[in-house]
Amino acid sequence: MTLLLDRIQLMALQQHVEGTYPYEGGGLLIGRADEQGRKVVTEIKPIENQRAIEDQHNRILIADQMYREGETYADNKGLLLIGFFHSHPDHPARPSEFDREHALPWWSYLIVSVQQGHSADVLSWELREDRSAFEAEEIVLRDV
Amino acid sequence: MSVPVTIPTPLRGYAGGQKTVSVDGTTVGEVLGALTTQYPNLRQHLFAEDGQLRSFVNVYLNDEDVRYLKYVDTPLQDTDTLAIVPSVAGG
Repeated sequence: MTLLLDRIQLMALQQHVEGTYPYEGGGLLIGRADEQGRKVVTEIKPIENQRAIEDQHNRILIADQMYREGETYADNKGLLLIGFFHSHPDHPARPSEFDREHALPWWSYLIVSVQQGHSADVLSWELREDRSAFEAEEIVLRDV
Repeated sequence: MSVPVTIPTPLRGYAGGQKTVSVDGTTVGEVLGALTTQYPNLRQHLFAEDGQLRSFVNVYLNDEDVRYLKYVDTPLQDTDTLAIVPSVAGG
């Protein structure tokens, strides 16, 4: 389980979630699987949090329509939706029980801890096939 | 009657790597039942232990969420398409 992304993509998603602080921000990860089965991010797609504003401090929701558009976009380019990134404002970059209940296997769940408005830890997680827990996923930063 | 069902990207590996699968059935529930019979490893990700669709699993008949129709009892026509769309959510 490895997720590859480049430094510009990392910076872009960090900037996005710092911009949504103190609320959760996030979006979709688009990419491909390489010959070793590693997921390679080719684009990040920040998406507006659809939760009511009073819930956004600890919840994020991507609209179904945005998911469908993202999947169609990736399919049409011969790419894949490979994951979901979101922030945990003033909380660790570890998945919550809510995250686990809403997760699907194989996808990368990349979480950015945003502390006092600044990005801190960035960790990625993959759901076990039996849905019982997340496993940490290695992040490899590629040079551009 | 066979209906094309779009499989969400994270679950395609449980459906032979296919983006779309043709499944027989005359209602949404029949199609989902046949789909998970054909690809049993999909079942735990689509259905909870009580046999109900997981709360974050949405099914669209063409462009309408079946929760706003007759849910799993929604009847299908032979020109219909179904799409399984996960609610992508975090907390």
